[in-house]
Amino acid sequence: MSAPVYEPYLRKPKTFYEQYERKSGDPTVTHYCPGCGHGELHKMIAEAIEDLEIADRTVFISPVGCSVFAYYYFDTGNVQAAHGRAPAVGTGVQRARPHSIVISYQGDGDLAAIGLNEILQAANRGEHMAVFFVNNAIYGMTGGQMAPTTLPGMHTTTSPGGRDPRKAGNPLRLCELISQLDAPVYVARGALSGPKHILRTRKLVRKALQAQVERRGFTFVEVLSACPTGWGMNPPDAHKWILEKMAEFFPLEVFVDKTDSEPEPFEIPEEPPAEKLHELLRISTAGQVTFSPSQPVEPKYANPRIKVAGFGGQGVLLLGLGLAQCGMMEGRKVSWLPSYGPEMRGGTAHCHVNVSDHEIGSPLISRPTVVVAMNQPSLEKFEPQLVEGGLLIVNTSMVPKEPSRSDLDVLKIPASDMAKELGNPRAANMIILGAYAAYTGMIGKETALASLNTLIKRKHLVDLNRKAIELGWEFGTKARG
Amino acid sequence: MAEQIYQPIPPDDPRYEGKTPLLVKGNEAIVKGAILAGCRCFFGYPITPASEIAETAARDFPAVGGTFLQAESETASINMLYGAAAAGVRAMTASSGPGISLMQEGLSYLAGAELPCVIADIMRGGPGLGNIAPEQGDYNQVVKIGGHGNYRNPVYAPSSGQEMCDLTMRAFETAFEYRTPVFVIADGFTGQMMEPVVFPDPLPKPPEPDWACRADAETRENLISSIFLEPDDLEEHNRKLQEKYRRIEENEALYQVFHVDDAKIVAVAFGIVSRVVRSAVELAREKGIPVGLVRPVTLWPFPKKTLEALAKQAERFVVFELSNGQMLEDVRLAIHDSRPVDFHGRMGGNVPSTEECLDVIERVAREGGVL
Amino acid sequence: MAERQDRGRVEINLDECKGCQLCITVCPVNCLEVTTKLNKQGYLPVDYKGSGCTGCGLCYYACPEPGAITVFRLKKSA
Repeated sequence: MSAPVYEPYLRKPKTFYEQYERKSGDPTVTHYCPGCGHGELHKMIAEAIEDLEIADRTVFISPVGCSVFAYYYFDTGNVQAAHGRAPAVGTGVQRARPHSIVISYQGDGDLAAIGLNEILQAANRGEHMAVFFVNNAIYGMTGGQMAPTTLPGMHTTTSPGGRDPRKAGNPLRLCELISQLDAPVYVARGALSGPKHILRTRKLVRKALQAQVERRGFTFVEVLSACPTGWGMNPPDAHKWILEKMAEFFPLEVFVDKTDSEPEPFEIPEEPPAEKLHELLRISTAGQVTFSPSQPVEPKYANPRIKVAGFGGQGVLLLGLGLAQCGMMEGRKVSWLPSYGPEMRGGTAHCHVNVSDHEIGSPLISRPTVVVAMNQPSLEKFEPQLVEGGLLIVNTSMVPKEPSRSDLDVLKIPASDMAKELGNPRAANMIILGAYAAYTGMIGKETALASLNTLIKRKHLVDLNRKAIELGWEFGTKARG
Repeated sequence: MAEQIYQPIPPDDPRYEGKTPLLVKGNEAIVKGAILAGCRCFFGYPITPASEIAETAARDFPAVGGTFLQAESETASINMLYGAAAAGVRAMTASSGPGISLMQEGLSYLAGAELPCVIADIMRGGPGLGNIAPEQGDYNQVVKIGGHGNYRNPVYAPSSGQEMCDLTMRAFETAFEYRTPVFVIADGFTGQMMEPVVFPDPLPKPPEPDWACRADAETRENLISSIFLEPDDLEEHNRKLQEKYRRIEENEALYQVFHVDDAKIVAVAFGIVSRVVRSAVELAREKGIPVGLVRPVTLWPFPKKTLEALAKQAERFVVFELSNGQMLEDVRLAIHDSRPVDFHGRMGGNVPSTEECLDVIERVAREGGVL
Repeated sequence: MAERQDRGRVEINLDECKGCQLCITVCPVNCLEVTTKLNKQGYLPVDYKGSGCTGCGLCYYACPEPGAITVFRLKKSA
């Protein structure tokens, strides 16, 4: 009879580097303490990555904690994240590279304390990532301080008298929290202790990663894991303690399993061709009509600095925008600045509009050459600011009071009444635009009418506004004499 | 290369040819510019006066096959940005002062891990909740950096709608050339203001970076990290960063000057304030005051050689800011305090008028005996 | 008559073992033991007793070191 032949059945997974490149320490062993659960979980994850053949497209997010150096071991893409932020970092990786398999590996301080918001929100969005949560009830890396998962009465360096739930709260049960959300497709808790639970945990790990390959959504596996050093126990006792004490508080269950449901269809959106971008961004100006500057303009009306003011709802900002739009269409420099910040108090709106043949310095107008007062408070506020001989346009429908200065060029127009007659009092602003254009010669009629295509988003209102501009134009022409 | 004069649209740039301007908000121009520069991921949390950036991004990024995600906080936004940048994709976020404060942790990690990305900061009044009116009080936390460690980040300070687009595009190029986070900072006015913007052709699609974790076989061995446990390693990493910052300082400083040739008084202002002061300088010149203006377009690197050179001819400097004098310190450093530096700062959201700035210039001229 | 063949065999890399003994606690057939010679890390490693292994693999999954334990199974004879 020939000698028995043995073939390897379980060996170091290929997902691990052969040698661990690090500055100090033996390159053949991990940096973890004897009996530490991280190594066991690493091995299960590495084995699953190898079996699922996903190492090339896996990006492993290392947290802050003892597993900060997980990238020493995993021969996958590796990204190291700030404390608690791995789910946000993983979100960024996954959204940027939708074909990636993202693994967020986190400890209890990282995930359940400083990063609680990030994990809950990523879970709630159903991010496509597998989260492995190592719960060892203590802060291992920093030397044994209290964790959010530290058991009541448990002694740590920051709960020297034992954790007092009245002051420090009770331990957080993360699986239970996360399973309250709608999106996660798999939420389970295992334990790295004893043959039964070790093998069960291995299955949970594989299932969570398998679900990523099938692109099902967010999977979360919490693992009760030994920290013999932090707990001050030998490894076999620490393993016993997991089942005897921790599992009592953290039940070992599968909380959510929707992994047989139909995964959503997965398509990576196609990158549009470069020549399409302007159109997609709505900034294409192909075929846009331009006008030559309206002229001649009397010097006193040239390069106006305009303030338009009135109640909110009178279309003050749109009138200002119209003035700027027309100026721009005629090749002039323009700026439009809405009232904003502390100026907005009091329910009135106003805007600053510059139209100029020269570069515009300050977009902010303190000494306007034109003021459009749509209501009484606007007249009171802005009339005094006008330059000597400036143009004051008054909507007399809403402003019973006479202007107080005598040096001004005043154009009185019952714009709101005219608009009412036209069928919509809100068209007063465009009546004034037409009147201003004709009165000053600063804007051509064709320009004003063409500007409506850009200004008026609701196309059925374009016609009304056309009429308003024509009416204002007529008024302005007559007033100019 | 030395500090360079910034030209908003170089006359010979074919990318702008055949295009007519559109009237758009500065905040929108940032988003369009970013996408034209190849940005395909946006992560952000709404905040006034930057919210239009997120709103425009919510429409525009999906329209071009990109990602828009409203994060749960600025802490999350900046870390999502870290993830997308680690994956080698052009990505950005936007916020205002309070949000930028929350991002400081992530910014330090981005700098440490040398990840390129763009952050837009539309500044508002502070400290604390302050208000939503325009200020420039984020200068210190953005330009002098607010995170931990030995890092710097380039900062572009647009002052017009066109520059909101152009400098955002440039920010992406700088970010990827040097592998660094880059800021675009403007005040609430520049964000809210509408001006004509000519949108250029998109930048050519950049090659896939070889250093990133792109989730493929080619980049599987890559590691994105800022941890260097050994003091010697971390010092070496820091020296490498400093060398990069030295190159950025040497090559990337941008500025504009107005009427400085014979100026005895040099005004310094950035962003929206530079436009107000420029108007005031024009008026002062009409009154015969020999004043000029230097406008830093990059706040880091700061155009300190330009200012240093001007200190030889100018008798006085005057700095205008929407803050308590945060850039002021950089001006004093740049000229080695060799000339008196006056300061006019407004806070709380008040923006000085042209006349107010003119008064300041006249007073400085009088007191300095320049008139 | 030949001895009954073991269904499995364990190979332990003595220098990679940290002596935590978790493998011993899970081994159902008690075929692992602590050795008496310190390894290069300064631990007393565990080793296979040389017989009795069933190839169940429990020691492998209980062991936190990626490469310390390799489990072999008897090749089904052709």
